[in-house]
Amino acid sequence: MTFEWIQVPYALATLFIILNYGLLMTAVVQKLAARVGGRPGIPVWQNYIDLVKNFALRSKISHGVMYYLGPVFRLSGGIGLIFFVPTIYGSTWAQNFSFAGDLILALYFIFFGTLGMALGAGESGHPHSAIGVSRGLAQVTAAELPMALAVYAIAIQYQTLSITEIVAAQQGGLFNWTLFTNPIAVAAAMFAYVGTTMRSPFDVVIAPQEIPIGPPTEYHSAYLALMQTNRVIFPIAKTIIYMNIFFGGATNWAEFAIKVFLLYMIPAVIGVVHPRFRVEQSIRFFLKWGLPVGVLAILMV
Amino acid sequence: MRDIHARLKQRHHLGQFERQRPGLAFFTVPREYLRGLLLDLRDKEGFSHLVLLTAVDWMEEGLFQLTYMLNNRAEDVTFGIRVMLDRDEAEGDSIHDLWPTAETYQRELKEMFGINFPGSPRIDDEFILEGWTDLPPYRRDFDSLAYSQQTYAERPGRVTHDPREHMKQKLYPDGV
Amino acid sequence: MKDVDDKFLKNIDKEFPLREELRPRTVTTPDGQEIEIEPLKDYFCEAAPKVHPKAYIPIVENFYNWARANSLWILGFGTGCGAIEMRPLMTPRFDAYRYGIQWRPTPRQANLLMISGYLSVKTLKRAVRAYEQMQGPKYVVGLGSCTINGGMYWDSYNTIKKLDQYLPVDLYIAGCMPRPEALLAGFMDLKKLIKAGKCEGANKYAENFAFYKENQKSVIKDWDMPDYNW
Repeated sequence: MTFEWIQVPYALATLFIILNYGLLMTAVVQKLAARVGGRPGIPVWQNYIDLVKNFALRSKISHGVMYYLGPVFRLSGGIGLIFFVPTIYGSTWAQNFSFAGDLILALYFIFFGTLGMALGAGESGHPHSAIGVSRGLAQVTAAELPMALAVYAIAIQYQTLSITEIVAAQQGGLFNWTLFTNPIAVAAAMFAYVGTTMRSPFDVVIAPQEIPIGPPTEYHSAYLALMQTNRVIFPIAKTIIYMNIFFGGATNWAEFAIKVFLLYMIPAVIGVVHPRFRVEQSIRFFLKWGLPVGVLAILMV
Repeated sequence: MRDIHARLKQRHHLGQFERQRPGLAFFTVPREYLRGLLLDLRDKEGFSHLVLLTAVDWMEEGLFQLTYMLNNRAEDVTFGIRVMLDRDEAEGDSIHDLWPTAETYQRELKEMFGINFPGSPRIDDEFILEGWTDLPPYRRDFDSLAYSQQTYAERPGRVTHDPREHMKQKLYPDGV
Repeated sequence: MKDVDDKFLKNIDKEFPLREELRPRTVTTPDGQEIEIEPLKDYFCEAAPKVHPKAYIPIVENFYNWARANSLWILGFGTGCGAIEMRPLMTPRFDAYRYGIQWRPTPRQANLLMISGYLSVKTLKRAVRAYEQMQGPKYVVGLGSCTINGGMYWDSYNTIKKLDQYLPVDLYIAGCMPRPEALLAGFMDLKKLIKAGKCEGANKYAENFAFYKENQKSVIKDWDMPDYNW
């Protein structure tokens, strides 16, 4: 892997595009949920206003160093995920810092934010945060199991750990996609995808009606704004990985926008018509349905 | 209904049977016979449900009246059993061992009327008021309006009209 | 109206004692040490709130105010019967979300405290706590005649009658109860006030801290919390 300084502004530009795309996507999904409920819903620019407002709040309270680092970790989890994964295949500037073993790193970054959040929320001292985080970790762990298995299956199939190479192997037609060359692995990974995008029916951890809002109970003003930023970046970043590994990647921004939009809509559409699972129900669901499919995917390869 | 009353009347010194409507009747019982009567009603007559326990302040007579409403679900019959207590002493007998729900009612009565029920669990805990230092507010010698005016700030400009006079003024301004 | 019955006089001699677990005392630690603890001081931060200045450049402040006005996050805390009038605002018929109004479950993230209806002394204590935990700039809206002058609880022994004695109120919405339409109109008025930079309730609270605390303590006799809840 070669490193050139020009990659830094390129990666930041990618991040900027993804941030705006994510803000709009989140609003679109909320709008979708509102329309399903028969409401006009929020304006699409509402998320920008919320973000500005949270940064503009005058007072904030810190509960200690780790409390401050929680959102920072979380955000770096999302940004790291974007930085180390090629967003557009073959593009000179949206390649970011991808390198030979980035698949493993991406798997790690998916979890990194949640762990940082656990430490930060733990220090905030609010019992709801601690409960929320432990529930969240339990659920995310269960949901990520099929994903990890699917990724191993893919790694064995393509004999590489580089996302760029995996994408390269899928070029040249629809039927070269992993979706068609290894459908079982994709099915296993989609369990994880729906489970970790934090949308209904698997969003009981951060649901406002539950143990009030879970991990971010104590977070406010700029801390909350950081977490909101991550909330819009992270699903997009995750979708990029899925797109790269399973759906042939994207060779230009238009293809990127369409594929991410379609993938993003899967959990959103599932979400608006399903009530929430409790944590133990969703863990059971993933272990019962997701895990065997993942194991099957490994066996099939 | 009447037959239950007639059966228990002698043993528990019950007072006059007062029928309110089909399925609801009241009678008075002396304090020392209350427990036996409640036990009889609960275990022998099928009055398994304590609907409520409340009190009335008869300030002029110097009495508190406790009302125990018991319900027989199978036959849809409700009895209201009155017990008169001395207002100055204000002490009743706890029945929390007969119906656990009575504990909550007794806490409420202790707080709102100042009627003590020795032996009832958590009887001295606050029920809904916090940091109350005055007379128990449901006693009739507690003047709610005066207390409110002496305690809470008021916004000037509030006027009260006698509804009758007000409407008369409004509808017939010429005094027809 | 002021027909105070001078026969009945409020008992003002009696003080309510501090709860036992909050009194300063000496305890023996598991390893045998004797230490002095004072729960109210040990567990809580004692600093009084301070006045936060506006942004230095007016255009920035105006931009911030515009964002604040269009992103009102309400604390989901219903104090009285008015809470039931807020629920329809989430439904398709009124849908307050389209104006940027959201309900948040925790005071840390909320900017707007709706005092929805009568406020008993016991609830006032919680409302004060919730208000102080919110992050400035924060707004208070009093809902219904109960918060204005007592409403139908004008002679109640346990409800306050004038909310702005205890919390800095930015806006009252009159009615008993105001209907959801009135609430929406109230929100629009609040937005205008915020955009004009007139909603400085948090700073007003910090400036007149002694006044508010005195009023609060005069009705909440069972004061078992620090003077300012961070």
